Amino acid sequence: MIELRSLGKTYHTSDKEIVALEDIDLTIRDGEIYGIIGLSGAGKSTLVRCINLLERPTSGQVLIDGKDILALSRKELLNLRQSIGMIFQGFNLLEQRDVLHNVTFPLEVSGVKRDEAKERAMELLELVGLRDRAGSYPSQLSGGQKQRVAIARALATKPKYLLCDEATSALDPNTTRSILELLATINETMGVTIVIITHEMKVIDQICDRVAVLDNSRIAEEGKVSEVFTNPRSAIARELILPDSRSDAMEPGGRRVRLTFRSEHSQEPVLSRMILDCGCPVNILYANMKELDSETYGQMLLELPSSERDSEKIIAWLKSSPIEWQEEV
Amino acid sequence: MFSEMFLKLWDNGLIQLGVWETVYMTVLSTALSYCIGLPLGVILNITDKEGIQPLPLLNRILGLIVNFFRSIPFIILMVAMLPVAKLIVGVSLGNKAMIVMLVIAASPYVARMVESSLKEVDAGVIEAAQSMGTNNLQIVWKVLLPEAKPSLITGAVISMVTILGYSAMAATIGGTGLGQIAISYGHQRFNPDVTWCCVFLTVIIVQIIQEAGNRIARRTDKRYRA
Repeated sequence: MIELRSLGKTYHTSDKEIVALEDIDLTIRDGEIYGIIGLSGAGKSTLVRCINLLERPTSGQVLIDGKDILALSRKELLNLRQSIGMIFQGFNLLEQRDVLHNVTFPLEVSGVKRDEAKERAMELLELVGLRDRAGSYPSQLSGGQKQRVAIARALATKPKYLLCDEATSALDPNTTRSILELLATINETMGVTIVIITHEMKVIDQICDRVAVLDNSRIAEEGKVSEVFTNPRSAIARELILPDSRSDAMEPGGRRVRLTFRSEHSQEPVLSRMILDCGCPVNILYANMKELDSETYGQMLLELPSSERDSEKIIAWLKSSPIEWQEEV
Repeated sequence: MFSEMFLKLWDNGLIQLGVWETVYMTVLSTALSYCIGLPLGVILNITDKEGIQPLPLLNRILGLIVNFFRSIPFIILMVAMLPVAKLIVGVSLGNKAMIVMLVIAASPYVARMVESSLKEVDAGVIEAAQSMGTNNLQIVWKVLLPEAKPSLITGAVISMVTILGYSAMAATIGGTGLGQIAISYGHQRFNPDVTWCCVFLTVIIVQIIQEAGNRIARRTDKRYRA
């Protein structure tokens, strides 16, 4: 279990202080895939680096399996890091080592015998589907392949945790999907707890169990992905879920409502029925449908007619219907 | 076509000996300069405030010493260091003394070369190594030096050519080699063909060093092999 307790990080430059993280409280349970999402500059990368102390927080506590890691000696910290794997946006492979020796690197560092290290590395390359590329150099691989090597390398020391810092941000959508599938498999079969930092909602959607939304150095909201997705309470979460809705919705017009459909309703022609019942048109500003926990969720942002009477009629209709909805302010 | 002097030098094997002495002094001085300059460059790199073990005070002191020696023109440094050479090798004349001087002059230069090669190593790769629990000594041995290897080799070639140039200057205060032949037999005794021959041989030596170095650097670099 990873626990962050009122964690803060402030950078001191010669003339000013920059607050990167403030009052972060998070608990990441064993075996889950935990997402941390935010726009760039929100402090995500700093946050994930506080978990293995690549960055030292300036206040608060980091507890890993109940142990305060800020109190560890340098040597204990280096040992701890061998049980926390990490992958990066830029892959960060050693360019002068071939694939096999990139994967054996952490094993060499921790003093594992050469033959044993090689055997373990080949197993991992098998797992990530790159056994036949063991002798290749990173410059001969595609981005997706490099990330697979990085994943194999991060898992070499059999870590309990895997931190992913924007691990799919440099990859195309198909490659992103396959890397995420690989991470999900690793989580399931090896029981590795995974922490994913991203700015893309689709990454959270696809594999995370729970999510924290980071905004301006603080956690704006946190919870199960399906809950945050269907009922985003913070403005930032809404923006991340429906990235295009904000700019459109900013234009002056009628009142706006957000409808959320769950599986049982998502098959029904709700909107058509509403328009027929009320006898007035609405504007669809944004609509989207997603699978979460094998349930289908739909989101729709509607602009109501500018006439007060018509929009009241629609609101009244919505109130009497079983659909989840919310007026946007 | 050749002057009498040239033929005499050639027949007595003095020019051939000059080539050997130049090569020998250059190679030995380069090797010794790296014995000092390589660790110094590593220390300069890792103690930098962006380095893996920031030690601002040590970094500043070493930086000042390096800059001090780098800012003195070689010919002046050489004269000033004659007593030091005498202290170390017992003589202040001849190739032994010249090698001491070359090493004193070249080590700070090599240190800066090494420092800048190491700076080219991607910070992300170093961070990845740190995330795996790699200690600083392992980062130097297993990450910084191997990842910078092609650049270090290219730097060594440049250093060696510079040292070759210095070794010719050392002829003015008692060194031997092609520089000394050019000055005392060519310039001072008015035999331009001797001077030009030395120039020509020096150019060939530089070309060989350069070409061999580039080849090794290219062969060891795994980044561009498609």
